[in-house]
Amino acid sequence: MTASTPTASVIRPKRVLPGFGLTMGLTLTYVGIIILLPIIALVLKGAEVGPLRFLEIASAPRTLAALKLTISAAAMASVLCAVYGLLMAWVLVRYDFPGKRLLDALIDIPFALPTAVAGLTLSALFAGNGWYGAVLEPQGIKVVYTIWGVTIAMAFTSIPFVVRTVQPVLEDLDPQYEQAAATLGAFPFTAFRRIVFPAIFPAFVVGISLSFARSLGEFGAVVFIAGNLPMETEIASLLAVIRLEEYDYNGAAVIALTLLILALVLLAASNLLQARAMRYKGKRQ
Amino acid sequence: MALVIENLTRRFGATEVLRGIDLAVADRELVALLGPSGSGKTTLLKIIAGLDWPNAGSLTVADEDWLARRPQTRETGFVFQHYALFPHMRVRDNIAFGLTVQPRPRRPDAAAITARVNELLQFLQIETLADRYPAELSGGQRQRVALGRALATSPRILLLDEPFGALDAQVRRDLRRWLRHVHEASGTTTIFVTHDQEEAFELADRVVVMGAGRIEQIGRPDEIYDHPASPFVARFLGHTVELPVTLQAGRVQARGLDATALPRRALPDGPARLFLRASDITPVPAEDGRYRITDLASTGALLRVRLTESAGVEMDAEVPRRTATALAVGQAVHLRVQAGCVFVDPRSATAPPARPTVPADAPLSELKESLP
Ligand SMILES: Nc1ncnc2c1ncn2[C@@H]1O[C@H](COP(=O)(O)OP(=O)(O)O)[C@@H](O)[C@H]1O
Ligand SMILES: [Mg+2]
Repeated sequence: MTASTPTASVIRPKRVLPGFGLTMGLTLTYVGIIILLPIIALVLKGAEVGPLRFLEIASAPRTLAALKLTISAAAMASVLCAVYGLLMAWVLVRYDFPGKRLLDALIDIPFALPTAVAGLTLSALFAGNGWYGAVLEPQGIKVVYTIWGVTIAMAFTSIPFVVRTVQPVLEDLDPQYEQAAATLGAFPFTAFRRIVFPAIFPAFVVGISLSFARSLGEFGAVVFIAGNLPMETEIASLLAVIRLEEYDYNGAAVIALTLLILALVLLAASNLLQARAMRYKGKRQ
Repeated sequence: MALVIENLTRRFGATEVLRGIDLAVADRELVALLGPSGSGKTTLLKIIAGLDWPNAGSLTVADEDWLARRPQTRETGFVFQHYALFPHMRVRDNIAFGLTVQPRPRRPDAAAITARVNELLQFLQIETLADRYPAELSGGQRQRVALGRALATSPRILLLDEPFGALDAQVRRDLRRWLRHVHEASGTTTIFVTHDQEEAFELADRVVVMGAGRIEQIGRPDEIYDHPASPFVARFLGHTVELPVTLQAGRVQARGLDATALPRRALPDGPARLFLRASDITPVPAEDGRYRITDLASTGALLRVRLTESAGVEMDAEVPRRTATALAVGQAVHLRVQAGCVFVDPRSATAPPARPTVPADAPLSELKESLP
């Protein structure tokens, strides 16, 4: 008599797209091994130190100085990237000009170039006898071995983030919004401020936070131009390396963990900002 | 005249999208631009709004050269086919937009803007939607908001591009009546684009029929419906049946055809073409009928009758199903014609058939292809 009652498994709907188990499994494995496990190891290492000792190491003058330099330079670099990245994305999307494809390809060079090469090139250019340095130093502007050098190196490596996040959104923006704004009396700058900018804002925020996070951790491009004077132009990731070389694993872990926390806080803030900006997408439909 | 367009031409590369448009629109008039897709309706609308520019011709509003103005100062309200509501602004802010971007001296203060927006929300019957985002609205609601946004600045000319194109049939009918009401109440000179003749005829004071970048006919809806000015308009307005006929003393004659109901035409004797709507043809059973019923299909209210002539010509007639009980497949019939329009073939009317002298741009030159 059991044959007459259909079992629940017969009714269970099948997934439309096959391969969920396999693809999801591989994704989780990858994320686990390559991203999550190292972070957990780092957190454990840091936790081993204990909160008091952690604070003590983190607030040591040399560590504090390195963190301060890194954060200030990264912030300035992000501002540079924000302004110029937005400008470049705008130019690349909105205008047609000879050499546009070449310019578009150039944007990616900071990603493609080994960062050490970038660092060496920048320090050669800005050195007292370099092309830029020869012009700037007589004016009393010193770039190498100062926070400005650190900033420039960071900006160089992170500019593609802003361009490449904003560009596709700007490309997809329907010109009808701006046309509608124009017929309603909005001149181009007003239309940009009220219509275009809000549309690209979420992508813009992502671009800026990515470039900030990248600047926090940038090593290769920065160490050559920074000069690495303790208390003055020593970046946090270099200090972590120095601690490692001194076999001070706890010291290294504390600095690394501080950078990690900074990056995570930033990421959370950027997500929050995005969510607020995307409220209008609505609950329906 | 509020708006006068003369000899307006627009080319995209080698293709002429508008070929010499002449049109005058009176104050407070509601005009429909009717034409098949690709005939240049949107382009014309955009040129009026300043979102596109002509290669030649003039556009004046109250005798002022409108082409010299930028779109921001043309005082036109434009409702886009897909509304183009600003997605990140609530309904209220979308409607207020045009007021908030006015130059400082002319900009109303915040209280006045709020009052104007509230007034419009009420006028358009969308008060309950004021704090929603466009993504949270239905198509018909978006349409109303788009119209509110365009009306907020009290434009001199309102332009609507296929305002009901993206909506389902019931909403279309409701909104149509509602738009007519809005036009009467606001008195704004309005031009709207559509490819739906029913919509154009029901709403507009005057209909402008466009085909391939030209104006084919301008007139009141009934006038155009009853007297299409060209074969193009006739075909576009549903005269799907075309028959070769002979004109004699202004009367249409063809074998198997009873066209005595058609009025006399002041047209020269000779060959011509008769354009008919399927619903204006009545098959009448007759022993010696030239046409044979080859198929009958009911659409509910109507009976679609497939007719085949002895020479192989096929056509459809539509008759009210309840009155057509006598018809059967295989029956011989002749055709009684209630209404239709006749166009003289320019070849035979102007010259002997042996030596065709068709001017390249004669309005009827397209008949050449369809003649046997
Ligand atoms: N920006 C453009 N570039 C090239 N061709 C265009 C452009 N805009 C419109 N066209 C062409 O012009 C013709 C008329 O277009 P349109 O005015 O949109 O017609 P309608 O609104 O009557 O459907 C079409 O054949 C279209 O392909
Ligand atoms: Mg169109």
